[in-house]
Amino acid sequence: MMNPEEKKAFEKQIHAYIGKEFGPALVGQDDVNQAMVRQWCEVMGDANPAYTDTEWAATSSRGGTIAPPSMLHIWVMQGYPMAFIKPDDPPVDRQRELHQIFDKYGYKGVVATNCTTEFFTEAKPGDSIQSHSTFDTISDEKATGIGTGYFIETVTNFTNQDGEKLGRMVFRVLKFIPTAQPAAAEESSGGAMSKDPTRLAPALGHDNKWWWDAVNNDDKVLIQRCKSCETLRHPPRPMCHKCQSLEWDSIESTMDGTVNSFCVICYPEIPGYSYPLVGAVIELAEGTRLVSNVVDVDPDDMVIGMKVKGTVEQVDEVTKLPQFRPVKS
Amino acid sequence: MLTSIKDECAIVGIGMTEISKNSGRSELQLAAECVSAAIKDAGLKPHDIDGLTGFTLDHVDEIEVARTVGIPELKMMSRMPHGGGAPMSLVQQAVMAVSTGMCKAVVGYRAMNGRSGARYSEGVADGPETTDAISWGWYMPYGLLTPACWVAMHTQRYMHEYGATDEALAEIAVAQRDFASRNPNALFYGRPITMDDYYNAPYIVEPLKLYDCCIETDGGAAFVITSAERAKDLPHTPAMVRSAAQGAAFDQEVMTSFYRDCITTLPEYDLVAKQCYEQSGLGPDDLDAAIIYDAFTPIVLFQLESFGFCKHGEGHEWVKGGTLGPDGRLPTNTHGGLLSEGYIHGINGLAEGVRLIRGTSVNQPKKNIENVLVTSGASMPTSAIIIGK
Ligand SMILES: [Zn+2]
Repeated sequence: MMNPEEKKAFEKQIHAYIGKEFGPALVGQDDVNQAMVRQWCEVMGDANPAYTDTEWAATSSRGGTIAPPSMLHIWVMQGYPMAFIKPDDPPVDRQRELHQIFDKYGYKGVVATNCTTEFFTEAKPGDSIQSHSTFDTISDEKATGIGTGYFIETVTNFTNQDGEKLGRMVFRVLKFIPTAQPAAAEESSGGAMSKDPTRLAPALGHDNKWWWDAVNNDDKVLIQRCKSCETLRHPPRPMCHKCQSLEWDSIESTMDGTVNSFCVICYPEIPGYSYPLVGAVIELAEGTRLVSNVVDVDPDDMVIGMKVKGTVEQVDEVTKLPQFRPVKS
Repeated sequence: MLTSIKDECAIVGIGMTEISKNSGRSELQLAAECVSAAIKDAGLKPHDIDGLTGFTLDHVDEIEVARTVGIPELKMMSRMPHGGGAPMSLVQQAVMAVSTGMCKAVVGYRAMNGRSGARYSEGVADGPETTDAISWGWYMPYGLLTPACWVAMHTQRYMHEYGATDEALAEIAVAQRDFASRNPNALFYGRPITMDDYYNAPYIVEPLKLYDCCIETDGGAAFVITSAERAKDLPHTPAMVRSAAQGAAFDQEVMTSFYRDCITTLPEYDLVAKQCYEQSGLGPDDLDAAIIYDAFTPIVLFQLESFGFCKHGEGHEWVKGGTLGPDGRLPTNTHGGLLSEGYIHGINGLAEGVRLIRGTSVNQPKKNIENVLVTSGASMPTSAIIIGK
């Protein structure tokens, strides 16, 4: 945490970037070309002949093929080497420089929040595209659902070799102190590498974060307990429904459980999960219930009343979850 | 009959938390604290409260308030729209409920971290920490992402406890496609299915197969209600509203009430049924047909049991042998239902209920239809009506 003086200095430092350029204009490494357009259209499933059918396009009002407008920012991208930029490599431009300042003060998360693009003129094969980016606004500190941070809005103008304006993109990111999913929120180097999909993360708030923290940091499953009447409760809530006490602590579950009910999820298949997937309502030995998965089991062998034992484990690159296995009798 | 609300009701308790720039706790806790304080101030206990009214803008669901504070049953839930225009309308909701005898005591609430959380002045609400969002977090990481998963969990336990098999589900699935096959407005028009079709279809979430699940459609449905007096002068046989009830029950969650001792019944539907019968003076024997909310086949069984057509756990036997068919004891979802007419969130079912009263359903039963039950979603706070000639 920064003290008020430090915060003031930090904000002065970041707000000084407003109005500045990222650096010299970026010039596309390749001119707009039919091969790249064709590949993009294949991947996007865009069959518009104006982009790829030279014969058809010759008879169109444009007199030849044009590049899909939404490819505009692609022509100036720095390509594959971007994937290997490390967080503390010397900054390649003022944007990286600014992000590194944020990183230094703990605002390590980055998430794109808005992007709007206006298109003025079409790009066509042979055009050389340039882009010119500036920092437009940097907000005051904001509290958001994923953490506290600053919105940075940048404006990029695209032109061709004749200086003709092709488009204008307004891009807004939030640089924030991650409160939720540190691993998912870390800025990946350069932001271009795609990761394996992971399980959907729970929203975190006052009433459940402590529970997930125990899972993530201590590999423990806790059960909330009323300090006044000792009633156990799950899912956690801020007040005891029996005696209305706001005072609570927790006990650690033994993770000995019995299957109260279950289902075998087959469809739809969501990225980040493997199927068939067994979901189950587990009755814990302590008396509360926990919804989880039963793993290392043939779905056909699942029965209600099955004894299971749970542990907290890493289920994918970023997710830790309680998971249960049948107890061999 | 009540003719005026004058002097019918009074505000008897008030409760507040401190006001700060950073409460340091959840909006749910703020709501629980002020609601609990108001109940105490009134000299009442949580179980004396049976209605909650709030803001559509509130991030705290009324059933979360009820579970947290320990209010066991709700007979009326309302959310009033339009932000700053809402507060006095909460009083109006409460007075309506209490003066008509629908509720004994109603609490109105609003809880917000309006400075430290999502601020109106920011103009952007980036994933507010609603109780709803927190609640889904107990299921999503484990892959329980769809209504089929949640309903399957209740169904598996139901089959286990009562010896039910998918035969009962097949009965419902096939009967409703049969109705739909004769309804030109149904997606399954002209497409009846056989028992073999049912059994050969793949699992979506075991034990639910493809034809246990409703379809997804676009469309709209609406209705008009006026006074009985005025209805006399209008062209159609009026469908008189005999009763209209809402309900949430102890430990209620939306679709995931897995923490109750028994997860094979719908206590909220028991509560709705009780009110429907009390208000109308009718019983299950007086109901001639039904529109039962059928997002999934098993929830039809649960509802039939709650409405007393048979005992809890016996629905799977009761439906067999054509009970819900055109000539059965209780022709049900004669339009094809959400399973096979279309999914307009139950308002299309209400329209069919009215057709049954008018005698204009494409599958109009031969017998006289005096009273029809129309229900809403199951496994969540819910509501139902009885309409009649
Ligand atoms: Zn207690």
